[in-house]
Amino acid sequence: MVRTRVAEPTLEGENPARLGRTAARRRHFAFERALPVVILAPSLLAVTIFVYVFICLTFYVSISNWGTLKINLSVKQPLLSLYAEMFAMPRFQADLRNTLVFTVLFLLFAVGGGLLLAILLENAGFGRPFFRNVFLFSYALSFIVTGVAWRWIFNPETGLNLLFNVLGINKLLAVFGAAPLKPGWLTDPTIALSINDLLTRVIPGAQNLPIKLGIPVAIIPVVIAATWQLSGFAMAMYLAGLGTIPNEVREAARIDGAGEWQVYRHVIIPMLHPITVSTMIILGHVSLKIFDLIFAMSGVGPGFATDVPGIFVFEQTFKATRYNLGAAASVVMLILVSAVIVPYLARSLREE
Amino acid sequence: MRAEAALNARKRIRPRRLGAWTILLVLFVTSLFFLMPAYVMVVTGLKEARNVSLSTMWNLPTTLTGGGFVEAWQRLRPNMGNSLSMVIPATIISAFLGSINGYLFSKWKFRGSDVIFALLLFGFFIPYQSVLIPLIRVLQALGLYGKIWGLVLVHVIYGLPVVTLIFRNYFANIPTEIIEAARVDGAGVLQTFRRIILPLSPPAFVVVCIFQFTNIWNDFLFGVTIVPNPKAQPVTVALNNLSGSFSVDWNVVMAGAVVAALPTILIYLLLGRYFIRGLLAGSIKG
Repeated sequence: MVRTRVAEPTLEGENPARLGRTAARRRHFAFERALPVVILAPSLLAVTIFVYVFICLTFYVSISNWGTLKINLSVKQPLLSLYAEMFAMPRFQADLRNTLVFTVLFLLFAVGGGLLLAILLENAGFGRPFFRNVFLFSYALSFIVTGVAWRWIFNPETGLNLLFNVLGINKLLAVFGAAPLKPGWLTDPTIALSINDLLTRVIPGAQNLPIKLGIPVAIIPVVIAATWQLSGFAMAMYLAGLGTIPNEVREAARIDGAGEWQVYRHVIIPMLHPITVSTMIILGHVSLKIFDLIFAMSGVGPGFATDVPGIFVFEQTFKATRYNLGAAASVVMLILVSAVIVPYLARSLREE
Repeated sequence: MRAEAALNARKRIRPRRLGAWTILLVLFVTSLFFLMPAYVMVVTGLKEARNVSLSTMWNLPTTLTGGGFVEAWQRLRPNMGNSLSMVIPATIISAFLGSINGYLFSKWKFRGSDVIFALLLFGFFIPYQSVLIPLIRVLQALGLYGKIWGLVLVHVIYGLPVVTLIFRNYFANIPTEIIEAARVDGAGVLQTFRRIILPLSPPAFVVVCIFQFTNIWNDFLFGVTIVPNPKAQPVTVALNNLSGSFSVDWNVVMAGAVVAALPTILIYLLLGRYFIRGLLAGSIKG
């Protein structure tokens, strides 16, 4: 910041011969110094209005009585009662559960998979550009294209289940006396690994929870599709990070007797920590906002098994015209994303 | 020196060779997983409606007459046009504004400019759901609701943070001494931009254009909420409508997905190097 500060007109006034020109010069310098701000003003004004003012307005809608097509901007009493109502809705509770489960699983697969792919690629003898392109081209696609394609692949009557037959996996299972593999994928309403019983034992009153806390099975295909689309991004981030690690580091570790796996485990992966943080935050905020992919792939799902706040906002605002409820859910989305992004932005600002 | 380098090289290569074939095998199997949806889309799209039976989904098409692509193209062509007439102006305006903003934020810092930049950047991460209701009212007031130009405006404004970021990161690598030298020679803010910065910027422009083209082309939320008329909607919205209607066969939907993906895939194939740079540049540190 210090290096690039606007040059101060320090020479002025030193030479008596220049005295006559200083007034004009000073005006010119004042103009030059104001110019950056003047040029930036329209952009900054636009973003101030379209981001910050609009967010405030949305918040105001969320505490208003505007719950029908007819505009009503009176404040709903008691204050924030709509938020209480929303958090008590089983559907919204399911949305929060689904977002949490989706984000955790997706980050695990996409970031872990990306790291694995990057390490494998780094060690591949040949074909690196080919594999890199294969893993990354999906990033160029729209979530809608991805959703449409994977919906067809996860069709329980055909798609992967048919592939299990073709590849003989079901025959193999029959040999061992197991039932054929035929998951319902997006149509499966099961909530796996439900922790409700556990909660009831720990917290009295938890048995009154209207939804099952656990992993909605129908969300797993969505996680797979999102991983397919975005693990290439994580891979590209890690490849860029691996490129900055000097070979001497590995050499030194090997001389100290570390095996290939140990070099990664104890030296390389810890050095990639900043990349891991960045990737988790970028992909994490994408997954907290996720809308298009689920909208195209499964919608709300059986028993709201794949519903997320993004879809909730869309349906309440544009289908049910409950504007205040839609706005309230979008404010919750904003808070979730900000909780991830704001510390990150603040930290990168401090580092500069 | 050379002997040492050779020794190092041997040391490096030896442990790799042990697992070389395993690594290639794993990469090969993984790439089958990554290519599978593309295979399904293209193969299903190429089939005729009567051949898209559930039991032959994984088989190759038996006829080569274009399958669902003919109908998909007919249905999506107007929307492809809409997307293009939205993406091209929005990308150009974005790149222009981003270059000058990024230049000012990186080379003409003023008191508080870094904080302002962070506040600007926050706009890139927000869920756009949280601005939609006021946004639509404002667009209605401006007479831009339901129009492609409304989408252009929205994409330009919400694209400002990220394009500014990409240019700012790029300009950070241009030595400040050059700017200062120009300043000593009497060049002002805009002169320095035109004479020194712009000639150095083509790579950043390519990156920003690819990044914005892909982002805007792939947008769905703004398209579906700002443009209710199906004839005026961008192609992502049209594709979603196509896949949701029960009267359309799967071969047409899959062909439509390929058609809608084609422009960004082409850009990726032609300019992949810049594409990767762009997506890394969009991630704050780059």
